[in-house]
Amino acid sequence: MGRYLRTFWARRHFAYELARANLRVQHYNTALGQLWLVLNPLLLGLIYFILVYIIGGGSRGIDFLAHLMLGLFAFRLVSTSFTQGARSVVGGGRLILNTAFPRTLLPFSSVLTSLGRFLPTLLVYAALHAIAGLPVGWHLLWALPVFLLLVIFAAGAAMLAATAQVYFRDFANFLPYFTRIWLYLSPVLYYANEVPDKFKPLTAINPVFPLIATLSDVVNQGQSPSGGYMIWGIASATVTFLVGSLLFISREREFAVRI
Amino acid sequence: MAATGGELYGDYAVRVDDLSVSYRTTYEKRPTLKKALIRLGRRERSVREVQALKSVSFDVPPREILGIVGVNGAGKSTLMRTVAGILPPSDGRVEVWGRVSTLLALGVGFNADLTGRENLVLGGLAAGLTREQIEEKYETIAGFAELGDFMDLPMRSYSSGMYGRLAFSVAVHTDPDILLIDEALSVGDARFKHKCFEKIQELCDQAQAIMIVSHALKSIRELCTEVVWLHQGRVRMRDEPEPVIEAYTRFLDVGESEVALEDV
Repeated sequence: MGRYLRTFWARRHFAYELARANLRVQHYNTALGQLWLVLNPLLLGLIYFILVYIIGGGSRGIDFLAHLMLGLFAFRLVSTSFTQGARSVVGGGRLILNTAFPRTLLPFSSVLTSLGRFLPTLLVYAALHAIAGLPVGWHLLWALPVFLLLVIFAAGAAMLAATAQVYFRDFANFLPYFTRIWLYLSPVLYYANEVPDKFKPLTAINPVFPLIATLSDVVNQGQSPSGGYMIWGIASATVTFLVGSLLFISREREFAVRI
Repeated sequence: MAATGGELYGDYAVRVDDLSVSYRTTYEKRPTLKKALIRLGRRERSVREVQALKSVSFDVPPREILGIVGVNGAGKSTLMRTVAGILPPSDGRVEVWGRVSTLLALGVGFNADLTGRENLVLGGLAAGLTREQIEEKYETIAGFAELGDFMDLPMRSYSSGMYGRLAFSVAVHTDPDILLIDEALSVGDARFKHKCFEKIQELCDQAQAIMIVSHALKSIRELCTEVVWLHQGRVRMRDEPEPVIEAYTRFLDVGESEVALEDV
């Protein structure tokens, strides 16, 4: 295990370079290029806002738009890690057949790719935060540990998805539906405290619920994070990461045979 | 499996000891959840065991260029992948002294959407080089591949020869202690092939061991110092090139005709 981690660390630049190359490939060739990295989530967020605005009878304001955008961007950080992670090992076919390296680099690289897409959206959010006149202060620093937990969770989820995809190639076909439902179970299109009691058991099975809820609490509402959410969030991120990495590493030697 | 680094100039560069590799393959080319569920309903098992290598033993001393011949399905590629540490051995040991660089059947794993330059960097990093080392060697690698301005174009615009040249160049310039080449000698034109041969000789002179799988018996005869003939997962013969190639061609029942000697 120690040796595994050392090799992993020695080749970390590979994961980084792979993520950069992927981002480039996905966005260089389009007319608007890297602008899409910002435009795409922004348009998506606006569509969701219009939807909620109409259903809610026009009762939502710009502060809710800020909440929605932040939640959506954070959710997409996790969900793109998950979907890209699913493809990372199977899509890396030739590399895996012909080179020996720690395979965990592939799902990690997917997380880096998602991070690369996420960071520009923070600018969009910052603008919105200012326009909505939301408070700026030290409490915003709470967002950092929450992001860290989101990234840890995303890495675990990416490894789980990558392993699943090796054994079940139709796994990726379910993903669009799965991530859609997952989004609806996350406090993005509504505030966390608005969940009716009868749906609480449903949101309770969503491991990112506490993290996205906390993000909205500390950034949008300027509150301190709730202890319950933090403990739940730390637990779900750690467990997902441990289960994901152990499962992946215990199976990765088989990948070359399975692909 | 012990893939220890360092400790060069020992008695062996590679030692394969009683190695067996079997893999369980699925019936389906694409395993899916749907099929798994159907199978579960029928209580079927989907795996079939393929014994690719059966107690193979041999060793490769430094400065040796070992050729591996055998018909399709003899286990040559499996052997190479196991030595490279990509496939796990089911039984027995593979000991490798030093850093392995591979040039296996499918190319280094280039991404066709990226430029040659980006692929070179990625390939080097995957092989375990540092960024500085890659920067240092960049000119040499690109120069050897003779791609010129194509280095900055996406690789999907490359001809298969250019693709192979870059793959070869990356593999031989990563300072391997052990170089594994699987069916990759026929890259490029006659002149480039000549250059490849010279490079292989040069690596060998630096006390590096090289293993080459090829159906091009002429290349094997020209390059190798020893040849192993694999047949149905076992070592059928190991000797100097001449006798092995003679026996192998007799086995193929084509004699020393041009068909077998020609580089395919």
